[in-house]
Amino acid sequence: MEHVFLYAGLYLCLLMFLSLYRAVAGPTILDRLIGTNAIGSKTTSLLILIGLMYHRVEMFVDIALAYAMLNFITVLAASRYFQKRKGLYDENTD
Amino acid sequence: MNIFITLLLICGLIFFTGGTLGILRFPDFYSRLHPAGKLDTFGLVTTVGALALYIAFVQGLFLTALKIGLIIVFVFITSPTATHAIVDAGVRAGLKPWTKPSSGEDQT
Repeated sequence: MEHVFLYAGLYLCLLMFLSLYRAVAGPTILDRLIGTNAIGSKTTSLLILIGLMYHRVEMFVDIALAYAMLNFITVLAASRYFQKRKGLYDENTD
Repeated sequence: MNIFITLLLICGLIFFTGGTLGILRFPDFYSRLHPAGKLDTFGLVTTVGALALYIAFVQGLFLTALKIGLIIVFVFITSPTATHAIVDAGVRAGLKPWTKPSSGEDQT
């Protein structure tokens, strides 16, 4: 059963690299926010997988819960911040 | 029991794959939000649900499985809200939705 978690974790890392491309190459700032949100939700499940691999599940479950909360608050704060900032307007005044 | 958990885990990973491909492939900012909001959330719910079942039944730690259930409920509520915040910021910033006829030159 341990191999299943290992391979699932590796596959999640591959998916995170793919969504990292969107975070880097996103035309507008909010596309980068989508990439970050996608990576954040994958990290939460990856944390619990790692917890299972290291047989210390209680510790990693708490970390994953804290990470899920932080991811949510970060996305909210970033979207509220980029709503009014001038930078966003320059990119799509085409 | 292990086989069932492996299958559920694979199913969760399929949802994650769909979400990632959707984010990469879709042409416009708004259409990219669909997979990001829905598929990532459900992928996480399925994957972490499979792990919770594994911990609850195979390892027998019911309290930890309950805490993982709390994570699932929390993410299930907050992830779409976060996506809604992104859309709200996008609409206020004046991002125009992509229209089919002008598929030649990408607006965003």
